[in-house]
Amino acid sequence: MTTMATPTQSAPNAPAEHYNPKSESVTAKRVKSGIFHAVALTLTAIVLYPALWMVASSFKPNDEIGGGNTALWSNNFSFDNFVTAMDGIGGVSTLTFFTNSLILAVGAVVGTILSASVSAYAFARIKFPGRSVFFGMMIATLLLPFHVVIIPQYIVFQQLGLVDTYIPLLIGKFLAADAFFVFLMVQFMRNLPAELDEAARIDGAGHVRIFGSIMLPLMKPALISTSIFSFIWSWNDFLAPLLYLNTPEKYPLPLALRLFQDQTQSSDYGAMIAMSVLALLPVLIFFLVFQRYIVEGVSTQGLKG
Amino acid sequence: MTQSPTLSKRSSSSAPSQPRKSRQRGADARAGYTFLLPWLLGFIALTVGPMISSLYLSFTNYNLFEAPEWIGLDNYITLFQDERFLQSVGVTVSYVVFGTPLKLAAALAIAMLLNSKRKGQGFYRSAFYAPSLIGASVSIAIVWKAIFGDAGPVDQGLSFFGINLGGWVGNPSMTMPMFVLLTVWQFGAPMVIFLAGLKQIPADLYEAASMDGAGPVRKFFNITWPMLSPVIFFNLLMETIHAFQIFASAYIISNGEGGPAGSTLFYTLYLYLRGFSDFRMGYASAMAWLLVIVVGIITLIFFKTSKSWVHYSGDSK
Repeated sequence: MTTMATPTQSAPNAPAEHYNPKSESVTAKRVKSGIFHAVALTLTAIVLYPALWMVASSFKPNDEIGGGNTALWSNNFSFDNFVTAMDGIGGVSTLTFFTNSLILAVGAVVGTILSASVSAYAFARIKFPGRSVFFGMMIATLLLPFHVVIIPQYIVFQQLGLVDTYIPLLIGKFLAADAFFVFLMVQFMRNLPAELDEAARIDGAGHVRIFGSIMLPLMKPALISTSIFSFIWSWNDFLAPLLYLNTPEKYPLPLALRLFQDQTQSSDYGAMIAMSVLALLPVLIFFLVFQRYIVEGVSTQGLKG
Repeated sequence: MTQSPTLSKRSSSSAPSQPRKSRQRGADARAGYTFLLPWLLGFIALTVGPMISSLYLSFTNYNLFEAPEWIGLDNYITLFQDERFLQSVGVTVSYVVFGTPLKLAAALAIAMLLNSKRKGQGFYRSAFYAPSLIGASVSIAIVWKAIFGDAGPVDQGLSFFGINLGGWVGNPSMTMPMFVLLTVWQFGAPMVIFLAGLKQIPADLYEAASMDGAGPVRKFFNITWPMLSPVIFFNLLMETIHAFQIFASAYIISNGEGGPAGSTLFYTLYLYLRGFSDFRMGYASAMAWLLVIVVGIITLIFFKTSKSWVHYSGDSK
């Protein structure tokens, strides 16, 4: 998929004498490709407009954002909004919100990688009674609306005195509660040749060694897409922090944004947009850096469902 | 594909003698459950346990501070007399019914557009995918609210064409189109999956059809649609289930209230408000269970009807 496709695609071994829809004139081909790019670029402009509007507005003075100003460009671009946004809200600096988001996201990645890979190994590579039943249940949780568990979970964490800590937000990650990642890794491991384990078994290796020194290194692509997605999902998560966190000092960015929206309510629009940009920045950087992994991950792992 | 590892394992393990085999089996069972432990613990403590207790709570009156009081089916009966609840069902259903097909139609159409070997294909694919990563975030909800607000770019753009709707955010009849557009905007993820599916369709099928004089419409219905049907099914199921669970955007755009006039009172938002601002945990649990039942029924219907239109090619399953 990485190889850039060449425009001249008509296969040389095709029976050209009979009927070949691809043997068009060069100009017809150029016109077609021109139309393709015109349509695709128009779509790109429409799709990216909200993001561009957001970035452009974050550099504009407040009076230029709303009120009949549709142009993306402004002559008064400045960093003022970002300066205000970095001050934070409710006496808490935006840097704190960033740190909190980062702690939660890194915790989610570490927990998910550890728990999902180990559990997936059991599903994919060990034969034990009850495996297929549990596997079916795991698949069922993929489709289960999360909302059915939030109330009892909240009650339990509340009774344990764990509300307003990060434990309710992270414990599920360390217990492979995101079935999607377990499933993704199971699918990946099933496609690794069985001879690998057999050879290792004959050499006397146990499951711990097979998992640690054979499977894990081979699973790198699956581990990378898991890390990327669990990071981004945790970074964007709103419902769980909204339920469990009460003190602004512990808020991750999405909750801080909500607080910002509640308290400033369009009085400082520019700063709010700037903060939204800041909150998305790590996701966008991740996307630009890991584009290939992300898009490939969706297209291959999504398909295997 | 999934069968081959187990098959070859079975054939090789038939060589050792009987006692060694059963010892191996016992060791495997121990190892299996040890490795499965994290998931198993999570499954019991965070999914099964809470599901059972929320089922129990749904038959009680519970406000988190006093002991739950058993009231039988009262919560479920009250739900169907609760106008706000019925409204939240209406809002969510229209979002699912309009948003999901439109999103998938856009995803399929654009995937077909991109499914040609042309320069820049990778760029377009990435650009179209990007909204799927950020679309459900609070940031985008804030931006959406601004873009569709009074005198926002959408309002301005439409006025230019003589359409004066005002801001969509404050207009109860325009909030649903706004949310539908938000989900359609995130067509990238299903598009990428469609694109991978389209690449699997052998090109000679289309060539043979061309030779028989089939036009693009016939090619689409006789080749693309049946060949792609497992992928269409997968996307339809996943997107429908996800659409029922929209929360963050609804919360942010309506300031956590579901307004104006209840037009953005999505199911999950109402569930949240009942459970965590009114502390009617029993009532909210009944709502949660109804959602599970509805999603379960929809999944079942999807699987039942899929037999008539989803075609799996011979070798895979």
